[in-house]
Amino acid sequence: MVIECKHVWNLISGYLDGTLTAEEQEVIQKHLETCEICSAILDSTRNIIVLTADERVFELPAGFSERLHARLAAELGTDGGRGASPP
Amino acid sequence: MDTQRDSGDEAKMIASILAGETQLYHELVRPHERSVYLMALSYMKNEADAEDVAQEAFLKAFRALSSFRAESKFGTWLISITLNEARNRLRRKSAAPMQSLDVPPDEEGAVSPALLRDWREVPSEALERSEVKQMIASAVEALPEIYRSVFVLRDVEELSVNETAEALSLSVPAVKVRLHRARMMLQKQLAPQLRTVTATAKRRWFPW
Ligand SMILES: [Zn+2]
Repeated sequence: MVIECKHVWNLISGYLDGTLTAEEQEVIQKHLETCEICSAILDSTRNIIVLTADERVFELPAGFSERLHARLAAELGTDGGRGASPP
Repeated sequence: MDTQRDSGDEAKMIASILAGETQLYHELVRPHERSVYLMALSYMKNEADAEDVAQEAFLKAFRALSSFRAESKFGTWLISITLNEARNRLRRKSAAPMQSLDVPPDEEGAVSPALLRDWREVPSEALERSEVKQMIASAVEALPEIYRSVFVLRDVEELSVNETAEALSLSVPAVKVRLHRARMMLQKQLAPQLRTVTATAKRRWFPW
């Protein structure tokens, strides 16, 4: 069975998440063996997902936690929990 | 999201907080600080507003804690509170109507990826360069809202598809479709950019 590149693109996300049927999975694997464009799309997509999940891309601002717990402490009537200090 | 603690522990903490040990709320929310902030940031698009929304969400969650139902996870419940807070804030901010918040996505249009002949892996170390970090963050923030919220929960905060669906009050198939679109949009935008930036970096690092 031959499938078109466009059809493969529609299944990339499911392929990466391992949610395709065994048949779909196999068809795509076969296609990837011979299609460098689809392979590059798959590899770049996977790479981009890994990069966006890296904690360095979206970081908590410095002091975020301290300010949050200080504000919570005011609401809760507590001392701010461990390690918290006023901003 | 939170691997150290299971929902049984959270349920016990919540019961204790409701019974008067309010200081435990500090501990309860610590593992969720990042996910709440990121959700807020993906809506507000600036750090100060995002931090404000995040704080407000944690306060509202505390005040509403007695209405928390144990069949959902505390983390996903927090996310939905954050989402409401962010949306309300944006609505108040702009006199203009919000951009198609509740309009269903065009489920027909497929997103075509950027076509490449090969892909050279961009290593995580590239993120030490602020322009690469910024490029990726901006691309995520530029996604249309319906795709961005799904992508942030699933691929940035690494919730499961089911948790994402619960937090956003979406069906599982809708989450899968939106996630796929979001990933393809990001590939289309970022693959050419990343390739350029890593190519120039090579030259800079190895000037011979
Ligand atoms: Zn192909």
